[in-house]
Amino acid sequence: MMKGLKKWRLFSLLAVLTVFLAGCGQEELSTLLPAGQVGKDQFKLLMLSSGIMLFVILVVVAIYVVALIRFRRSKLGEDFIPEQVEGSHKLELVWTIIPIILIIILAVPTVYYTYKLGDVKAMEEVNDDGKAKHLVVDVTAKLYWWEFEYPELGIVTAQELVVPTKEKIYFNLKAADVKHSFWIPAIGGKMDTNVENLNKFYLTFDKESEGLKDGVFYGKCAELCGPSHSLMDFKVKTLPRDEFNAWAKNMKATEDAKSVANANADGEKVFQASCATCHAVSGAGQGGAPGPNLASFGDRNRVAGFLEHNEKDLKEWIKNPQKVKPGNTMPSFENQLSDQELDDLAEYLLGLSVEQ
Amino acid sequence: MSSVAQKRGFGAALWDWMTTVDHKKIGILYLIGGGFFFVVGGIEAMIIRLQLLKPNNDLVSAGLFNDLITMHGTTMIFLAAMPILFGFMNYIMPLQIGARDVAFPFINSLGFWMFFLGGVFLNVSWFFGQVPDAGWTSYASLSLASPGHGIDFYAIGLQIAGGGTLMGGINFLVTIINMRAPGMTYMRMPLFTWTTFVASAMILFAFPPLTVGLFFLTFDRMFDANFFDHQMGGNTIIWEHIFWIFGHPEVYILILPAFGIFSEIFSIFSRKRLFGYPAMVFATVLIGFLGFMVWAHHMFTVGLGPTANAIFAVATMAIAVPTGVKIFNWLLTIWGGSIVMTTPMLYALGFIPSFVMGGVTGVMQGAAPLDYQLHDSYFIVAHFHYVIVGGVVLAILAGVHLYWPKMFGTMLSETLGKITFVFFFVGFHCTFLIQHWLGFWGMPRRVWTYMDGQGWNTANLISSIGALLMAIGVIVMVINIIMTTVKNVRVGNDPWGDGRTLEWAIPSPPPFYNFTQTPLVRGLDTVWIEKQEGNATGLTFAEPITDIHMPHGSIIPFFMTVGLFIAGFGAMYHQETSWGLPLLIFGLAWTFVSMAMRSLKDDLGYHVTKEEIQADINNASKGGQN
Repeated sequence: MMKGLKKWRLFSLLAVLTVFLAGCGQEELSTLLPAGQVGKDQFKLLMLSSGIMLFVILVVVAIYVVALIRFRRSKLGEDFIPEQVEGSHKLELVWTIIPIILIIILAVPTVYYTYKLGDVKAMEEVNDDGKAKHLVVDVTAKLYWWEFEYPELGIVTAQELVVPTKEKIYFNLKAADVKHSFWIPAIGGKMDTNVENLNKFYLTFDKESEGLKDGVFYGKCAELCGPSHSLMDFKVKTLPRDEFNAWAKNMKATEDAKSVANANADGEKVFQASCATCHAVSGAGQGGAPGPNLASFGDRNRVAGFLEHNEKDLKEWIKNPQKVKPGNTMPSFENQLSDQELDDLAEYLLGLSVEQ
Repeated sequence: MSSVAQKRGFGAALWDWMTTVDHKKIGILYLIGGGFFFVVGGIEAMIIRLQLLKPNNDLVSAGLFNDLITMHGTTMIFLAAMPILFGFMNYIMPLQIGARDVAFPFINSLGFWMFFLGGVFLNVSWFFGQVPDAGWTSYASLSLASPGHGIDFYAIGLQIAGGGTLMGGINFLVTIINMRAPGMTYMRMPLFTWTTFVASAMILFAFPPLTVGLFFLTFDRMFDANFFDHQMGGNTIIWEHIFWIFGHPEVYILILPAFGIFSEIFSIFSRKRLFGYPAMVFATVLIGFLGFMVWAHHMFTVGLGPTANAIFAVATMAIAVPTGVKIFNWLLTIWGGSIVMTTPMLYALGFIPSFVMGGVTGVMQGAAPLDYQLHDSYFIVAHFHYVIVGGVVLAILAGVHLYWPKMFGTMLSETLGKITFVFFFVGFHCTFLIQHWLGFWGMPRRVWTYMDGQGWNTANLISSIGALLMAIGVIVMVINIIMTTVKNVRVGNDPWGDGRTLEWAIPSPPPFYNFTQTPLVRGLDTVWIEKQEGNATGLTFAEPITDIHMPHGSIIPFFMTVGLFIAGFGAMYHQETSWGLPLLIFGLAWTFVSMAMRSLKDDLGYHVTKEEIQADINNASKGGQN
């Protein structure tokens, strides 16, 4: 009996381990494969707390199983009347003090990391020439897309956050309409974008996104914000610092371009007539536009944050955005653009690029 | 009494139930009402899991999905779990303390009707096609932006239902403080009565914040106030605080009575006194206190700053200590006992590992920096279903099997009960265990659908299959209830054989006045003590047979609530229609007139005479059980 039980326990332990090891998820969006200091700190806490909790579970289950085996009425007989034990002060003390110790073991690093991850003083630091020492990104969450503004660099982009690796990036988080929450699972925990105040936090990106499945990390909206909450994805491209600088320079260079080089001229006309009131194709300037900035649209990984990045899906999206992403603020162009105009527009949009 | 009612016509029986002020009948009404909403919420859950069965599914639209998750959460918490527990509290608690009814039978009835019509009001939204869609938490920026009347149904429906709950809580408190039988000191109260007491005290302090919050929301949406509109100087974070100042104690209001039910079960089916009773009571009270001091752990990612987060993180972890004390005392209760595997005991034994897992994931989320990752992911969905289903729902199912014979005089089939347990228990773990990993793998909660290629497909499929198993379990239980009712095999006072508290020493179901004579309580588990000392009835009486003073039934509670129900529609439509405002005034006037009738008309009740009681006793001793 006991031998069989031991085997069974070993087996279940192995099964749990297998599930656990196989269950690390996908690199671009799993919290179990952290690719930044914040995520790694949180992962350490996860391991510590899981360890403590596994210990608690094992103790409880051990007592439980033994009690169930030893004290069955079928074994003890129908007429057996157990001793009516009142309790034990000693035992009560034991199972009060040991949990308190376990909790202290968990509480100390918790408090330490809470302050460590909440430290955003460096955001205000400036160089001798008055420029911010660290890269600051202003994130504005809107129904249902993300705007990323780099105030020091004078550029703005949307849906795809581009950041340099191996340095602290500070974020100002805000929502323009209803509350959202900014979450890049593989990089670090989330923070809400509130409607009435600015939230600040930092993340570091240790790994270049190029090697990942889609070449990007996945970002999510984590607060229910309406019908298309589940479609409010964004992507994160992480580049070495010099490549990031080049990207920023190219973005800035789109400032004066009245028309985009090598672009589909007909498509550009359609864009100017139908889209330009809400969307900019210049990556320079400030945020706050009604629609996502499209300066680097051709470089992006997804249409509307989640559709495949191809002409067919793009046209589908432009024709009927409400069908694809209900509740967003983009009007439908199904009856306003001819097929030819749509083709031209799609070609033009997919040609918008700042990466050479 | 109930058999008399059955022989009358349907109309008379309906009138009897609608006017009843008997705590036992109201308890049954709560169980029926809560059971109905449990099925409704369960169907909503099944549709949710079907939608998430595979990636890019479009079984339901995005908008309808948000309706479903909102109504599932709201229904299960406010209209299923709370009322069903209220049903047990209503039925069992007065019996456990040797009382003839609750302190305020009229208010008890009013509380039930407010819950029920409030719940109906909320669910009527389905027929209007404008359903609450901002989640059961209804965070302010989204709930203010939500078009249509969905959120109005939420605010007014919960306001009415919440009022009923508050009345019930106060009623239980007064009952326990004032109406205990002679000798029933606080430290001799059965643990279910204790948990009812602490949960009621928590209701007293937790529901007023909800009332205030819902009024703010109502006024913002329907009367142009700006409590939460940040563009007009309001603040949405205030709603989050108010909601969770209510919302966190609420989960302890749910789990404490569940603890109470399991404490009774462990004791009865191990034939052993509850281990460390004073520690159990102290832990219950401590959980009640700490429950009010941790609400901001729902708001770690809101940006309250590291100091607030650190304080609430440590406070949250502290709750694990009294909860752990309870778990170990239960383990030591069965340790050295004589465990028999009845259906209620199976649920209780299933509860321990399930709830421990839910508890430890709670502590993990108490670690604020880790919560930044877990918050609003599927991990939290797994966590709160482990505590609410693994704790509260298992307790409810256990309680149904345990107290069914006491309430209806028939025994649910043990075989079918065990089948229910196996399906439900396996299905529950199958549904929710894997969801912890979905959270780790980056899946946010409340998502209508998910793209392929994120590694979530298999886990979601497993989860949906588990939900199906749970549904099968519940269906088997419904079949069990129907079969048992049809067979109608009557049972005696103590069908489980090892009852320890007063309710097991009176007939099943008890006479409408509960106790022929008020019992004398000689210790914890008084019936057990009496029986061990050779008193086969389990009761020693504290008084001779005397006339019993009983209250009359009344339809006024129902009418009072109907007025509020009507006024709710008036408030909702007063901005866009001309009849809204008159309807609002009419509804409120209706309620006030009903209240005036109650106040102005003296109802002194009636007496059950000595002779009638003596006749009942003779009848019972002649073998009138069957």
